[in-house]
Parts: sequence; structure tokens; C-alpha cells
Amino acid sequence: MRLLDVQNLTVSFTQHEGVVQAVRGMTLHVDEGESLGIVGESGAGKSVTCMAALRLLREPPARIRADRLTLGGTDVLKARGADLARLRGRVAAMIFQDPMTAFDPSFTIGRQIGETIRAHRPAAKAAIRAEGQALLSRVEIQNPAAILDSYPHQLSGGMLQRAMIAMALSCRPQILFADEPTTALDVTIQAQILQLIKEVQVEFGMGLVMVTHDLGVVAETVDRVLVMYGGRAMEQGPVQDIFDAPAHPYTKALLASIPGRTSGRQRLTEIKGASPNPVNPPTGCPFHPRCALADPHCAAEMPPFRTIGQGRDAACWRLQ
Amino acid sequence: MTAPTPIPALELRHISKTYPLKLGGGLFPRFGELHAVRDVSLILPQNKILGLVGESGSGKSTTGLLALRLIEPSSGAILVGGTDITALDHAALKPYRRKLQVVFQDSYSALDPMMTLAQIVAEPLHIHGLGTAREQTELALDWLIRVGLDRSYGSRYPHELSGGQRQRVAIARALILRPTVLVADEPTSALDVSVKAQIINLLQDLQAEMGLSILFISHDLSVVRSLTDTVAVMFNGRIVEQAATEAIFTDARHGYTRALLDAIPALNPRDRRKRAFLSRDQIEAGTPRLSAHDLNMPPSEVARLVPVAPNHFVEAVVAA
Repeated sequence: MRLLDVQNLTVSFTQHEGVVQAVRGMTLHVDEGESLGIVGESGAGKSVTCMAALRLLREPPARIRADRLTLGGTDVLKARGADLARLRGRVAAMIFQDPMTAFDPSFTIGRQIGETIRAHRPAAKAAIRAEGQALLSRVEIQNPAAILDSYPHQLSGGMLQRAMIAMALSCRPQILFADEPTTALDVTIQAQILQLIKEVQVEFGMGLVMVTHDLGVVAETVDRVLVMYGGRAMEQGPVQDIFDAPAHPYTKALLASIPGRTSGRQRLTEIKGASPNPVNPPTGCPFHPRCALADPHCAAEMPPFRTIGQGRDAACWRLQ
Repeated sequence: MTAPTPIPALELRHISKTYPLKLGGGLFPRFGELHAVRDVSLILPQNKILGLVGESGSGKSTTGLLALRLIEPSSGAILVGGTDITALDHAALKPYRRKLQVVFQDSYSALDPMMTLAQIVAEPLHIHGLGTAREQTELALDWLIRVGLDRSYGSRYPHELSGGQRQRVAIARALILRPTVLVADEPTSALDVSVKAQIINLLQDLQAEMGLSILFISHDLSVVRSLTDTVAVMFNGRIVEQAATEAIFTDARHGYTRALLDAIPALNPRDRRKRAFLSRDQIEAGTPRLSAHDLNMPPSEVARLVPVAPNHFVEAVVAA
């Protein structure tokens, strides 16, 4: 079953500088039990894509359009009230980059996890507390009873991220969105959290959308990768294929720019220039101003996102 | 460790920094001590890049600030080009400030929003009374070109730039005085992947052209591998291992260094693995134990960092 099915998604924001075109025609899907990595640089539109899928953007200023946008079979754009509440929590849950601001500082962890459980599955106080404790144990928090009674400021970033994962799991969602879940964490803690997310994904049989700018995180965690740039999908395919044989010039350049691949001091392969301005994006392919292969066609017309091989799609005129 | 024959660009000798720590409240609180940096000795040779790595709270940024005398050490000595600057007063220190410059992680808060880029880059010349106003501006504009911008940027303001461009300006401002030592504290951590490579290459080029010595502080081991000649690993305010960069990556001896390396995400999905994580206590317990007899020295003379290979030092618990 398609857990997440997005076709031709457009998200824009009206601001005083003009209309920010954050997502410009994205098509993606996630099947049951599958993990998809959405990788891209800041401003590529990866977070906005996820926020739009959960309708977490305030409308206006956001304006969401799509030919199709379903979560667990439900039309997200038509959902209202109770349907929307069920989508957020029971169908899909999300964890964020900064767990410190994702929790309310004035309530205990236990109260906030309990609130989530109560909203979807009303139960007695003691049962909710026991459930919260079990969830915290599952995310490998030592001493879960004491943590339930702690306030967010008393916990480290890694502990809070574990608590946030516990909260996301509390309603047994079918799909988990993880938006840069380890970017704010130290490298040793990052490795632990990524391993935990992979474990619970399998254990709870969830679909996973891992949003990251870090190709290492992608290499560690997901089955399939979608590379975004300038609000558009550049390339999509099985993770091993993308790392072994990237097709799109942007994916190639991104992989080549990773430091530390070989031993010894070295110059890195850089991508000249900077990411496009979302208020006034270039015509045609958004990557063409930085692309070594670009020709006038690339500047004139956006290439379609089309199949280039087994389970692989790319948007590039030069891939003929 | 004995100093190499040419005078090091920067040397820290047994530097410590403790902060008073309030224990308990009330009218008469007791005070303890927080050891941010403990007995750190470092040698930054001329024309080399030394990587200082560790996680948040390890004391690496504090060490950088101590080296710059932006904070005062509790004990120990700082030598710049062989001269002890630890006790110099403000006026006597000023010529050494010219030799020691710094680039911080967050270029947005490091640049005055009310000044043009030409003013920002020229300001160090103004402070040190070098040249006429016209000469200062000319040199600043030359430096904007040198860091990959152009003269037209001179009249712009920081908010008009991208993160990578602002970091270029911060580098120009730091290097316009032709310092001998640059302390770069996580200069690429806030940047996107493709821009990170640009800034690392820029630092490499300028280092080679100017014969600069760089203390490169970073939590990103991949960047450190591509950029540095030697690495010092910090943990709990101490240096636990120090060696040539490749020796750290291929022949790490300390438990913490190994844990840090093990946590780096795979650069290819093929290299995914399940990791066994160590607690801090386990890492401490995994510290190599050497006897004074092994080292062939009397217990009183054993240094905390013991040589395990040529130019490779590891913190060891020395049993009598």
C-alpha cells in the first residue's frame, strides 16, 4: 500500500519580498515498511515537503497545491478537524531537528507524552503512565520513571531526541517523518539515534521519511533516496545504486564534495556558486547556473522527472 | 614532547581553565570547580594545520579562546612564535593580536550588520593604524577578490550575503593583517555541503599561499581528515590522543578516539554496520594502562600523554 503518495506538489509562501516558491512540482511516494531519504541543501524544499504532507504549515501564508496528496489513503488536502487529528499521530508522526524547542518547557516529559496518548487512545491515568514508561524504556532511556517526571531543560539533547521518538511512537503511526533528527547532536549520539530509528522502524513496521542534508545519514539509514534541489526532485532511486552510479550532475557533484573519502590532505571537489533564490528561481532546471553540462535548453525549460532505469528517475536534459 | 627545532607558530603549555561552580543555593552556597580545560599542551608548527576535535563540552572551543587570550587561563602558558604572551597587558598584547586571528562558526553574528563589507574587512587595519583610509579600503577590496568575491561586494551589507559568502568575508577580515596563526572554530559547520567544500578549499589555498598556521577546531572528522596535518582529540577537557592525521584515522589507540571514529556515518550504504556503543565510563575504563616500567622511566617523570609511536601520543593511566 502507498503510505504516502504525492503528485505534483507545489508549496509557496506569500511574503513581503514576493512569493517564495519552496516546492515546485514534487512527486514522491513511500510504501509500507519502506524508508525514503530526502536529501538536499538548505532551501531545497525538503522540510516544507514533509510539513505540507502533514498540513503543518499555516495557510496562508502557505499555499499548498497538488494533483494528489494522500497519507495512509486519506486525502490530506481535503481532511478537516478530526480526520486531520487522526492523520497526525495515528497515521503519521514527525520528529524534528531541535528537540529542545519541540517540547513545551513548562510541562514534564511524562505529561507531554501522556497528552499525545490520551488524545488518540483515552485510558486511565495509571495505564497512560505505564505506557509512557514502556515507551521510554524502548528508546533506551535508563530510569524511565524519573525521566517522565523531568522537565525538558533537565535532559541532554540526545535524551530529548529519544523522548521525542518515544512520543512519536506512542500512537503507533504507520509512517514516521524524521526531519534532520540528528543534525543538532554530537557524532557519537547521532550514531546511536540513527540506529534507534532504524530499529524501531522495523519493529513497529513503519514507513520512514528521513530528511537530511547529510549523505552519510542517508548511506546509514534508508532504502531509497530522493535528491532535491531548488524545490524540485533531481533524482530518485535505490540508495546503493545512487551511491554507486549517480546519474544527475547535481547528485554526482554532491557525492564528490564529501570530505574525508580518501586519506591525506586534499582539495575537495566543490560546486561553484550558490543555491537558487526561491523568490526568483532561475528558469529551466534550477541547477543549470552551477552545472558544468548545462546548455541553452537547460536554461529554457525544466526537464521532466522521468524513468532512467530500474526504479530510478531523474530530471535532466543531458541524460539521453 | 620536545619542541621541533623551528619555533612553533603557537604553543600551549599545560593550559588549564577552571570556572567556579555554584553548588546548592541559599545565602551561603558552596563553590566547586568546573574544569573546562585541564592541562592541555599543544604545538602548532609553522605552516601547518592542526585539527582539534571533540564533542560539545569537550573544551575545544575554550582551548581556542585561551590560545587567543580572549579568555584568561587559570594556569599554564601561551607562546606565540616563541614569546610568552600569557601575562602581557592590553597594550603589550596588541602587536600579538595582529599575529593571532580568528574565524567563528556563526558568520552572521560575527559581522556588524551596520557596516559595509569594505568597512568590516578594513577595520582591523584601522584598529592597528596601518595605512591611510584610502589604502585600507583598497586592501580590503583586494581581499574581497582574494576570498572569491569581487569589489562590488565592498558596498554591500552582511544580510545581503549567503552563509558561505559571509564566511569568506570573515576569513578576509581575519587574514588582512597577515597573521601567523588563524584559529578557525567550526568555520564550516553552519554551511551546506556544496559550500563547505568551497570554504575548505579556500582555507587550504590561503594557508599554502601565506604560510599560515591554522588551529582548526571541529567536530566533523571527515573535514578534519581532508584538511589537517595533525590532530589532537579532546575529551572531558583533556587531550587524550595526538598524532599525524592519518595515524589518528588508521591507528587510533585511545578508547574515546576509537568511539568517535566508529560513530562517523558510512560514506557508502555498503559499509552499514551495527555498532556497539560504549558509555562514557566504559570509554574511561578503556583508556590504555601502561606501567612506568613499560615506559622505562621513573613514575614521577611519566607524562600523562605517553608516546606510543613516533609523534603519536596517547593519554594513559600510569600504574606505578
